[in-house]
Amino acid sequence: MVNKMALIVFSGTVDKLLPVGIIASGGVAMDMEVHIFLTFWGLNAFRKDSVKSNKKFSKDFEEMAPYMMNLINKKGVPSYIDTIKQAKAIGNVHVHACAMTLDLMDMKKEDLDDIVEDVMGVGEFVELAKDGMTLFI
Amino acid sequence: MSDEKVTKVIDARGSYCPGPLMKLIENVRLAKVGDVLDLLSSDSGTKKDAPNWIKKTGQELIGIYDEEGYTRIRIKKIK
Repeated sequence: MVNKMALIVFSGTVDKLLPVGIIASGGVAMDMEVHIFLTFWGLNAFRKDSVKSNKKFSKDFEEMAPYMMNLINKKGVPSYIDTIKQAKAIGNVHVHACAMTLDLMDMKKEDLDDIVEDVMGVGEFVELAKDGMTLFI
Repeated sequence: MSDEKVTKVIDARGSYCPGPLMKLIENVRLAKVGDVLDLLSSDSGTKKDAPNWIKKTGQELIGIYDEEGYTRIRIKKIK
């Protein structure tokens, strides 16, 4: 049985980041080791200064954004960052930042939310993920 | 419904998947062996997820009770 889950998080919009938190939670609940690799827009969505205020939505569903955000607020759905924090609190969840994206965007690890544990290259991540299930979000 | 003495009620009604399951896991970890916990949840996924988790982790599922607008899942921490 696969006991490791790797999520490659490329997207930086709330509608895709919420499922990242939820799937990671399901993974740790079922005792899996979960690795979240943040790259491109996914990494950008974990900037310390904007992670809490991110309201971006997929362009494909832009017209649905106000409706969805309203539902999310009304029903008290926790933010993606809080959902990942909760998953981390109960199990083996690790958040990694893509080194290349950091360099490209002139960012440092310090610019990212504290949930990000370390910075790694794609080779290291692939090595880490190879014996698990990998999802690209 | 079983007549076990309930040690703690975890009211996760109104919270969505995976909220209630996460609350259950946190509370089971903090509980003592022998404690009986009731999880109240109005989330439909939790109705299956919570019993699966209980089974997987080898705890005892005492019962699943349908209440008015929510489900009560009773678990005993046995290890």
